[in-house]
Amino acid sequence: MSILVDKNTRLLVQGITGHEGLFHAGQMLAYGTKVVAGVTPGKGGEWVLDGKVPVFDTCKSAVEATGANASVIFVSARFAPDAIYEAADAGIPFIVCITEGIPVQDMMRVREYLDQKSVRLLGPNCPGILTPGEAKVGIIPGNIAIPGNIGIVSRSGTLTYEVLYALKQVGMGASTCVGIGGDPINGTNFIDCLEMFEDDPQTEKVVLIGEIGGTDEEKAAQFIAKHMSKPVVAFIAGQTAPPGKRMGHAGAIIEGGSGTAADKIRALQAVGVKVARHPEEIPDLLK
Amino acid sequence: MKLHEYQSKEIFARYGIPIPKGRVASTAMEARQIAEELGVPVVIKSQVLVGGRGKAGGIRLAKSPKEAEEVATQILGMEIKGLPVRKVLVDPAANIEQEIYLGITNDRAARRPVFMASAAGGVDIEEVARTNPEKIIKVHIDPLLGLRDYQTRDLAIGIDLPKEYWKQFSAICHGLYRAYVECDATLAEINPLVITREKSLMALDGKMLLDDNALFRHPDLAQLRDVDEEAPAETEARKYDLSFIKLDGNIGCMVNGAGLAMTTMDIVKLFGGEPANFLDIGGGASAEKVAAALRIILADKNVKAVLFNIFGGITRCDEVAKGILTALEEVKPSVPMVVRLVGTNAEEGRKLLADANMITAETLADAARKAVAAAASA
Repeated sequence: MSILVDKNTRLLVQGITGHEGLFHAGQMLAYGTKVVAGVTPGKGGEWVLDGKVPVFDTCKSAVEATGANASVIFVSARFAPDAIYEAADAGIPFIVCITEGIPVQDMMRVREYLDQKSVRLLGPNCPGILTPGEAKVGIIPGNIAIPGNIGIVSRSGTLTYEVLYALKQVGMGASTCVGIGGDPINGTNFIDCLEMFEDDPQTEKVVLIGEIGGTDEEKAAQFIAKHMSKPVVAFIAGQTAPPGKRMGHAGAIIEGGSGTAADKIRALQAVGVKVARHPEEIPDLLK
Repeated sequence: MKLHEYQSKEIFARYGIPIPKGRVASTAMEARQIAEELGVPVVIKSQVLVGGRGKAGGIRLAKSPKEAEEVATQILGMEIKGLPVRKVLVDPAANIEQEIYLGITNDRAARRPVFMASAAGGVDIEEVARTNPEKIIKVHIDPLLGLRDYQTRDLAIGIDLPKEYWKQFSAICHGLYRAYVECDATLAEINPLVITREKSLMALDGKMLLDDNALFRHPDLAQLRDVDEEAPAETEARKYDLSFIKLDGNIGCMVNGAGLAMTTMDIVKLFGGEPANFLDIGGGASAEKVAAALRIILADKNVKAVLFNIFGGITRCDEVAKGILTALEEVKPSVPMVVRLVGTNAEEGRKLLADANMITAETLADAARKAVAAAASA
């Protein structure tokens, strides 16, 4: 078992003929992910990756022809919102958006629309999701993780790799590793993942990797206190970051002065979560 | 991106929000001429991209053109929170009956824009938010539907605005919302929105923050950026799409990914060092980008060692290594360099750097320890 993706995931890659899209589609395929289709408007009918993956002009035609049930998006920020809408309207229930730099107002509209359709989004500005040994959707290097019983959820990209790598060094593996992305408005959040890990029989322990800004870690702490029976270990990045650039009066009002690393660490420790001082301490805290 | 008060108010005016008929001056003589044209009294307002201008003495009244010139001379010679004042806005003084706060921003927790209004507008609005949060009325907007008329009435009623102003107030709310949406703002704020003795509403001050990620569709707004108000290193960093913040320590950090960059700073500090900067080189780090990042880091004379911490995902380690080598040839740094490369194509990357006389590290902790030691012995 795992969460969100496994060996039955049939993946569509949006932006598959672009530089990053093609490179990572190849990596995902090599990992064993069932990459069943690609979409690039205008390139329909072509085949890529040594003729292994057919390219379609639209998500709808790709889904009809291949039965894709998940999508990963590598298109640039100005076209990514449209790519998300297209995937959602084609009936794909799980969309992973790797693209960074999408305007925040676009994301507010996207999120509102997806919520109405009950489509799950992961990201944007995220490394994707990896169920070691089964499926890799996104850009997490496959060779830095092994299968295991630790669920990982992280707001950061490369920091997530650090943790997977540190776990692997001591022979610890992951059930699923989810990078939720660091943008202010995103799809899947900490609580969604904690809930899924709590329900996943393979997952025995959970690692939560947060960073400064917003209040999602504090909310996760409340959720852990009420609903989690499995132990959680956390790390919060940005303990030495200088006070953030304030967003005028309105920003200060809305955030209420919260969002520092110290606040988040305090909130997590208060509910019994062990908080690591640096990522390489995490394996010890899990023992 | 922050806009100046005068820039924000010019945008508001385009959306039908009444603003004072003031103009911007960069010399005291211009300020005097504007005062003569507008008629006195006038308010001379420093245009710097920080808050607290009034409390710092950067906003003052002048009762004659001569006084306008004198006040402008003083303000144009000031620094506010370290920023020299280069421009002043000369506005006709308003007859104020009441100061209202009106603002819109992104509420990340609610994932929606939130409109806020308060009858207790003016310089102490943040104090009001802390001590009397119930005095700030909040209305969330459906981003697909936009601002509804009834919501503007909810705000007006919430702040006990007399009925005679509702229509004007609603028009201002709609104008502000359109400005926020059409400019891709992350904040659009009028503080204060005043009721004048002439019984009309007017935006006496304005503030806008724009979403840097959306500037690609607003080339006109992108040109409003005031590079005089930024640290030169930050302007340089933006040119190469690097995210850089200068700090006070002596260990330069070059890292890919914001979370890992912050973690690298944290761990340097944990092992007794002080980071000199936050620098995220982002994905796809080319030689050009790495060289630019290195130049920016080394421009800080406090830097005694540089720590590279690169975990490859989108960024491939061999590309980064080539970037580092090209950058080293170009920049020829004299401080010790500690490098840690892990991830996609890491071995090729390490091989490339093996001969380049760089200190290599396996783990994050090891890299931090070596960088702290290198900086201490430099």
